[in-house]
Amino acid sequence: MITELGHFALLLALAVAVVQMVVPAVGAHVRDQRLMAVAYPASLLQLALVAGSFLALTYAYVASDFSVENVFLNSHSTKPLVYRISGVWGNHEGSMLLWVLILAAFGAAVALFGANLPPTLKANVLAVQASIALAFLLFIATTSNPFLRIDPVPADGRGLNPILQDPGLAIHPPLLYGGYVGFSMAFSFAVAALIEGRTDAAWARWVRPWTLAAWMLLTVGIAMGSWWAYYELGWGGWWFWDPVENASFMPWLAGTALLHSALVMEKREALKVWTVLLAILTFSLSLMGTFLVRSGILSSVHAFAVDPKRGIFILVIMVLFIGGSLLLFSIRSGTLRQGGIFAPISREGALVLNNILLAAATATVFVGTLYPLALDALGGGSISVGAPYFNLTFGPLMVPLLLALPFGPLLSWKRGDAAAAMQRLLVAVVVTTLAAAAALAWQSPGPWLAPFALALGVWVIAGAVTEIAFRVKAGTAPWPEVIRRLRHLPLSSYGAALAHIGVGISVIGIVATSAWRTETVVALKPGEKLEIAGYQLEFRGTAPGTGPNYKELTGQFAVTRGGTPVTTLAPSKRLYDQPRQATTEAGIHVGWRGDLYAVLGDEQPGGAYTVRVYFNPLVRFIWLGAIVMFLGGALSLSDRRLRVGAPRRAKARALQPAE
Amino acid sequence: MRILLLALSLLFASLSAGIHTAHAVEPDEILADLVLESRARRLSAELRCMVCQNQSIDDSNAPLARDLRLLVRERLKAGATDAEVRAFLVARYGEFVLLKPPLSTGTVLLWLTPLLVLAGIGVLVAARLRAGASPAAVAGQQLTEDERRRVEAILARDDAKS
Repeated sequence: MITELGHFALLLALAVAVVQMVVPAVGAHVRDQRLMAVAYPASLLQLALVAGSFLALTYAYVASDFSVENVFLNSHSTKPLVYRISGVWGNHEGSMLLWVLILAAFGAAVALFGANLPPTLKANVLAVQASIALAFLLFIATTSNPFLRIDPVPADGRGLNPILQDPGLAIHPPLLYGGYVGFSMAFSFAVAALIEGRTDAAWARWVRPWTLAAWMLLTVGIAMGSWWAYYELGWGGWWFWDPVENASFMPWLAGTALLHSALVMEKREALKVWTVLLAILTFSLSLMGTFLVRSGILSSVHAFAVDPKRGIFILVIMVLFIGGSLLLFSIRSGTLRQGGIFAPISREGALVLNNILLAAATATVFVGTLYPLALDALGGGSISVGAPYFNLTFGPLMVPLLLALPFGPLLSWKRGDAAAAMQRLLVAVVVTTLAAAAALAWQSPGPWLAPFALALGVWVIAGAVTEIAFRVKAGTAPWPEVIRRLRHLPLSSYGAALAHIGVGISVIGIVATSAWRTETVVALKPGEKLEIAGYQLEFRGTAPGTGPNYKELTGQFAVTRGGTPVTTLAPSKRLYDQPRQATTEAGIHVGWRGDLYAVLGDEQPGGAYTVRVYFNPLVRFIWLGAIVMFLGGALSLSDRRLRVGAPRRAKARALQPAE
Repeated sequence: MRILLLALSLLFASLSAGIHTAHAVEPDEILADLVLESRARRLSAELRCMVCQNQSIDDSNAPLARDLRLLVRERLKAGATDAEVRAFLVARYGEFVLLKPPLSTGTVLLWLTPLLVLAGIGVLVAARLRAGASPAAVAGQQLTEDERRRVEAILARDDAKS
């Protein structure tokens, strides 16, 4: 019954999406207030219906209703409650429903908080949002319906892949989708702006918080996935340049560029056309990410053929939205007036450089990900493009970006003074040089480039601190004045600096763990010891155990350092019942120098076990940096000046179309 | 993320056989010669495990990956250079085995992408900046003689009305 209600709500949502797409857009065209006003209740109703549909599916999972095919295929009665809930989006159909739910939530947010938007812009934005919702609801209803029943009702479900039975799964996809779908806001605003033929600072002011929110979610979403892979997959890798990872990384890169170009547009009314294009491209990359993952075209060409209907449907959605919006862009972008000229050495110039490098990086990841497919399709043979390619191409593009980063915020708008900025960065230069020298002296044999790469991270952090120090006149003004300035500095300035510090922290983590990771692989018998990175590990033997839906074998390792006990590591091998699959649970000790990461392997003849122990220096910095970036974004978002609706009266009036 | 890939393979159940939580190098594979072993590791990281999803043979515990790891070490012990080992594997399995595709007519575009994009956007931006900074553009921000006369005329008319 509840399942049927959910199904019905889904179809109703589809009908509402049609109304929400057509009526407000027509209203905006003929300037009819009543028609435009339909968007408000429609978008709220849309959210209610999709949420109802989603809850119905969740109920089926929680109640283990195996008469629903989707539940039967992806759940099992012995699965813990939390994984029954997160299992809702641990499969194709459910995750698409989550996608639309988040989309509807963003749409409703515009309706609720967009009171100060010009009515036509708001109507058009919501209409564009509805068109995206319509496409995906149609996709779900026709090719990926999670509410289908099966008869006879099976006794129990097939279960969820044990690797996905992890707290990470509960958080990672919603965050990632929040980011993907959040960029639809930028897209809808861009398309609405093109339809209206106008963009201005107020437009950018509206787009930026939404883009920032989406970017924040995507940042922690990607970090979360990386962390999850790190502890779950059992060999301590944290990034693989895997096509599916790249699919989420491309929108992040483009979104990062968009954040910065929207800043120029908001403050200086420049880069309008580029910002609109970037908004379209960012969401297009999100759509493509969904397509790549959902069609299965990347993991295997054969998977695409398993259900060509799905792949082709998403391909059509993609072509319609990306092609349509780019066509609209090519026709209408000429109507957007360019403003604000600036010298190459200026804040704008620095942000343009940021955009050039990020665009090139995005293009590199894009080409690297799709090249094997394209070459194969053109009969050029099958090649592999893997991590070595991306490290060689993406890495060098990041060097100038990180080198130039500290200069940007220190240059003034319109016309900056590079020499003065350099002078202000003198302390940062000294700190960075010392860091490089220290790393060079510390690493006995090691990659000669690593200390310099590490210093890049230090440079970015020192640069961000320098910027704040410069803004509050630390060192030049008397202390009371500095404190007064510290208190009055806008939160968005702190936010930007903090986000940049986060970038620096991540860079340090990435470099350190890539360059100085150590590893020992040995066969150990109980009582034997191994040594790694200053730690001694004594193997104490193994013990069997059982969990709610698995059996496991846990190894015990006593860890000491210089004779003093540090911790006990207990890596295990699990065998899940349903489906029958083995997983590896690493034993991880988090220390301030890095992670000690132990994995229990197979039993060898003679009672020994293969034991793998890694030391990953500063690996936590990678995710810590992402969290700091997120906090920076949050700080910036909480700035009154950026907050949606803050400059209500004046802006709303200024935005009225001149008729 | 990789995990989504795993989720995906769950959907396309036929693929799930290809999933391995990685275990990679086994103790019995490791060469006594440390220099050779580290060369083997470096090479392994650039060779694809062909039955896996985007994993190098260094990362994968698939039986094929183990065979290839042993093969690489065997060739190295026989005195082959890194390039010879790669060539040997390409002759056997095709270029698909290399995670870093060699520069060829088919891959020239792949390798030149970063430079081409950088140069392309750079040229566009430079042209824009020059146009923006040119006297013409600056003049475009000011009123032309004709515009000034029209503004004066409009102002004069408004004055006359009031």
